[in-house]
Amino acid sequence: MISKNPQLGKNRELQHLLTTEGLPTSILLQILDTAQTFVGVTEREVKKVPLLRGKSIFNLFFEHSTRTRTTFEIAAKRLSADVFNLNIAVSAQSKGETLLDTVDNLVAMDADMFIVRHSQSGAAHLIAKHVRPGIHVINAGDGRHAHPTQALLDVFTIRHYKKEFHNLRIAIIGDILHSRVARSQIHALTTLGVPEVRVIAPKTLLPSKVERLGVRVFHDMKSGLKDVDVLMMLRLQKERMQGAYLPSSEEYFKYYGLTPEKLSMAKQDAIVMHPGPMNRGVEIDSAVADGSRAVILPQVTFGIAVRMAVMSILAGQPV
Amino acid sequence: MRIHIKNGRAVDPKSGLDAFQDVYIVDGKILSVGQPPDSFQPDQIVDAQDLVVSPGLVDLSARLREPGLEYKATLESEMNAAVAGGVTSLACPPDTDPPLDEPGLVEMLKHRARNLNQSHVYPIGALTQGLCGEYLTEMAELHDAGCMVFGQPDGMLVNLKVLMQAMEYASTFGFSVWLSPQDINLAYQGVAHDGEVATRLGLPTIPVCAETIAISNIILLAQECDVRIHLCRISSSAGLALVRAAKDKGMRITCDVSVNHLHLSDMDIGFFDTNCHLKPPLRSFSDRDALRDGLRDGAIDAICSDHAPVDEDAKLLPFGQSEEGAIGVELLLPLTLKYGQEMKLSLAEMLATVTFKPAEILGIDAGYLSPGAAADLCIFDPDSYWTVTPNALLSQGKNTPFLGMEIPGSVKYTLINGRVVYQS
Repeated sequence: MISKNPQLGKNRELQHLLTTEGLPTSILLQILDTAQTFVGVTEREVKKVPLLRGKSIFNLFFEHSTRTRTTFEIAAKRLSADVFNLNIAVSAQSKGETLLDTVDNLVAMDADMFIVRHSQSGAAHLIAKHVRPGIHVINAGDGRHAHPTQALLDVFTIRHYKKEFHNLRIAIIGDILHSRVARSQIHALTTLGVPEVRVIAPKTLLPSKVERLGVRVFHDMKSGLKDVDVLMMLRLQKERMQGAYLPSSEEYFKYYGLTPEKLSMAKQDAIVMHPGPMNRGVEIDSAVADGSRAVILPQVTFGIAVRMAVMSILAGQPV
Repeated sequence: MRIHIKNGRAVDPKSGLDAFQDVYIVDGKILSVGQPPDSFQPDQIVDAQDLVVSPGLVDLSARLREPGLEYKATLESEMNAAVAGGVTSLACPPDTDPPLDEPGLVEMLKHRARNLNQSHVYPIGALTQGLCGEYLTEMAELHDAGCMVFGQPDGMLVNLKVLMQAMEYASTFGFSVWLSPQDINLAYQGVAHDGEVATRLGLPTIPVCAETIAISNIILLAQECDVRIHLCRISSSAGLALVRAAKDKGMRITCDVSVNHLHLSDMDIGFFDTNCHLKPPLRSFSDRDALRDGLRDGAIDAICSDHAPVDEDAKLLPFGQSEEGAIGVELLLPLTLKYGQEMKLSLAEMLATVTFKPAEILGIDAGYLSPGAAADLCIFDPDSYWTVTPNALLSQGKNTPFLGMEIPGSVKYTLINGRVVYQS
């Protein structure tokens, strides 16, 4: 039996943020608008607001990550929450404790919110289904499935630079198959009304039936980048060379790496985004990464405001 | 012991009988159907008013989890579940711990099962030692210990040379070989059908060609070895087409489908429902529809439950880490009836796929209602609906994608060798 959408409550209000798929446009816009109000906070001298004072937020990272964990930590601290970082990859789970046992223990320590990253698709859903009402789960990346806050900060960045969504042509370039970021971006962009979302990749890095997610599929940069307003690059993991997905990073860079020459095929005012960390010389050339069209560092800054917005909206929901 | 089953609707799929006729049983065997024997004095009368009297069900795949996996289920719990489901004969796959690759293990399982005095248990012998795909088991010895057929439940052998030799050796003794057609390399680390659902959920996939390539290889090898092949759990339309073509060429090949694949598709995974983590994976709607058609036209020979009790902890994990499998021995009859109703089949047609047809594949004398046959019967109310809940299931495992669904068919009595072993 298929259950109801697990991230929405009785009145279709956001109870957990697990994926951008199936989120109503109104909730996406609510997050973006709330984030806008926090952009000012992060630029103030005293960078704190008391919205989450007394709340306990646990960073539950079953997969190593410094950057994402840190941005969540900063966002929570700017909301005056108490933040606890658990590096589970090297603690309880390696001693044999199950995922839900770990969660139960932290619930017993009066956790209010979990930020979860896990190597398995669906891990955040599992936790969200398990915890009692009033405890919120934010998915910070589960397997290949979803990374909703990354996608939200991406659309926030796009709105900041392009103002509207309904007149854009956007290309997502790289390892779509293994990318939770790409999936979350696609759902967020199509929901917000972007008329044309493209994916550009060799066939070994595209999941089957990807066009059913509402994207146009391209296998070469020249046609794929024509008339594009926004380029969203994806990180290419080194492991892909071992798994027979690609012959070499050199060949990948030659055909799919973003160089100034390839960028010139897109619109004159196209912006370049990347979720980080970048592999310079693999998916992106330094001249582009450090060039005037790149908005990669603003993405990071906006990421904090977007994560503050998600946390404050969840914490404000009635139980 | 003499039993008179009266007022029931006797359905015998093998002969096509479907009539209100009484059944008379003496000393564990059916004495007569319809015609009352002279001076019959029953010791017990079973009133089957408004009920269907059918041969007991024959399930081609029910894991009892013994030996070695008693934390998932025990022989006692699963045999109770089987008779509650009207299943009177069941084949159990060799993927126990240790696998059923030695005569001693098989004898012990048969002995334990016999002492429980319930359903007939037919262990499927391991085709290779430890199911590792390297060395052959002592098939003839295992046969003497009670294995009717030999199989490799965990996907195809990587080494085709070993598979060919296993087929030749089995063929020497006239044993049939049961294989789950799935190429291990193509299925490696996959947990879901390679389609839109897996793409959305970001789940590693098992493409249809994992099945079709395995079936092609099996068919080509089987032609070479002249061995009887049974393909366990077909999941795809393309795979079924290969089986159909082989049958048309006159090959001795049969196949079955699980109740899960007959009713569900990958869409049912929903938001990572680990009860839908199955092997082979649930495939697309069009695959499911092809399987339903294939069963109706005989390209698929039988329905099995593919019963696999899994402990709760092994399902309370992220989808990809959860253990595959679903219970089904208690759902085999209801889900067969549901399929039959949806396809507008007669009762005899639908019951054929869970009685005499699987019995023939397994090579046992069971699954029909005529004088002289063992009195293994399932007496059920086809019009009674019930809801699948953990409490309604006797199996130790409660893992099924059908939880919460209302399904037709309540077993009222199960008889084995002329003895009422279950009554509700």
